[in-house]
Amino acid sequence: MFSDLSPVWISLATSIVATAITMVLGVATAFWRERRSGSAFALFDGIALLPLVLPPTVVGFLLLLLFGRHGPLGRLFLRVGMTVVFSWPATVIAAALVSFPLMYLTARAAIAQVDAPLLQAARTLGASEWRVFRRIVVPLAAPGLLAGTILSFARALGEFGATLMLAGDIPGRTETIPLAIYFAVEAGDMRRAIIWSVIDVAISLSLLFGLYYWTRAQSASRAQFGRG
Amino acid sequence: MALEVQIEKRLPAYTLSVAFATGAKTLAVLGPSGVGKTMTLRCIAGLERPDSGRIALNNRVLFDSAKNINVPSRDRRVGLLFQSYALFPHLTVAENIAFGLDRIAPYDRLTRTREQISALHLDGLENRRPRELSGGEQQRAALARALAIAPEALLLDEPLSALDTHLRSQIEHQLLDTLSAYRGAALLVTHNIEEAYRLGSDLLVLSRGQASAFGPKEEIFRHPPTVEVARLTGCKNFSAASNISTNEIEATDWRCRLRVTQTIARPATQVGIRAHQIDFLESRSSSDAADNVFLCWPISTSETPFRITLYLKLHNAPTANDQPDLQAEVFKEKYQRFKDAPLPWHVRLAPESLVIFPK
Repeated sequence: MFSDLSPVWISLATSIVATAITMVLGVATAFWRERRSGSAFALFDGIALLPLVLPPTVVGFLLLLLFGRHGPLGRLFLRVGMTVVFSWPATVIAAALVSFPLMYLTARAAIAQVDAPLLQAARTLGASEWRVFRRIVVPLAAPGLLAGTILSFARALGEFGATLMLAGDIPGRTETIPLAIYFAVEAGDMRRAIIWSVIDVAISLSLLFGLYYWTRAQSASRAQFGRG
Repeated sequence: MALEVQIEKRLPAYTLSVAFATGAKTLAVLGPSGVGKTMTLRCIAGLERPDSGRIALNNRVLFDSAKNINVPSRDRRVGLLFQSYALFPHLTVAENIAFGLDRIAPYDRLTRTREQISALHLDGLENRRPRELSGGEQQRAALARALAIAPEALLLDEPLSALDTHLRSQIEHQLLDTLSAYRGAALLVTHNIEEAYRLGSDLLVLSRGQASAFGPKEEIFRHPPTVEVARLTGCKNFSAASNISTNEIEATDWRCRLRVTQTIARPATQVGIRAHQIDFLESRSSSDAADNVFLCWPISTSETPFRITLYLKLHNAPTANDQPDLQAEVFKEKYQRFKDAPLPWHVRLAPESLVIFPK
């Protein structure tokens, strides 16, 4: 009766793809934002952090408006013959959007910790912004960027509300673990819900343990060898 | 002229407004902290954008507000040595030096890195990380990294301030060697007068964003144009002054008349003398012949290992709360010879040592 493991694979695939997107966008945006100041950029920060503070259902509803049949992006996709709503990509979009603020925030903090003179020195040595980013910012901000990635992954894995709004619950296509749990409970299948919950707790715990031991190893090596 | 700078930039505390041109000689930019020295360097390196003006390096325009030109840092070919050295902590010494050489062939990159390693005596340290280097080694590694890209101008921001005092003189020597071997325009920012004098050929004195003196260092030290420059170049004694005749002035704070060598064309407002140029006459007979000899009493002293600073009251014996008129500095050997002589002592403010500041 418990042969269908598809929610695990869907959850993992969604979280991995969403995290990859979030990581690239979040880190790039954070680097771009780091060198700017002004109230316009503060407003930008506010918008970037909205998915963190809004109820996921609101995020999902806004996404539905955007990607729906009559939404601006929905019509665009329709023109190339694609429907985003109630498809697997919708789970990725929902998960990426809600996890973006976590990546953005941690990346901002990690990048801000890189000494400004190091970036400036790299520029006077002829480095392009891309080279500064790749050779200086990423290696020096790596611990923070990795922590942000893990947090984003955890958030994507637990995403429920926005996913349900945009992607619905289609077993085998858009049904992630959190959705499977909800609908199992709704159908009165407590055994199923418990099993899914245990699997979810196991994945999340191993992630957090991984993060904990990794940061501990980091700070230990820092204490031993100084900053680096 | 290799580097021409004429910039203005409004800053919270003052407006930076400097203009100078410098060739292959080292220009030392001297001034107390917070007067725009570092800001000037950062504008030249392209890390800050001036509000207006023009910067040109070997006839290449780096910045021109009128023509809306602002060449990014990476294309300026200006080497900047940061006060903190800003070595990349995650890269080795060799990787740091090679960082700016990514656009040349690997073999040339290796050759040029090796050249800089041996030129700056970093042999054996190639694979060390910056944190495993001493302060002096870090400075040389940062210099090597800046020089590796063969910059057309080299800017040094307080290159010795991060070092322990006992290391400084040796490292300063090596820096002087590096600077004299360097062919481009070199600019060195410092707040240390002696460092500026030893390392620079020309001197630019900044105060509150403005250049208050610019020229060969000997000239500025001998004839500082303003009281402020004199003060910055280490002159300790000043008095308000007014003309009496073409070769005599009245120094009102010192309550005396002084003979001067220069013919005074413009009305004098201030007169100054450096602490070490105040001459103590050891015998009464020599004082009879000379000009500008006055009686003085010491109020207090302060010692360094080889010299002694004497705070003096002129003309009359000091009373309890008298402020000193003059601050004199003499070698201890000389002090030993006259310190037990009966008071008052005789000091001479030699006419050729006096600096007159017109309005």
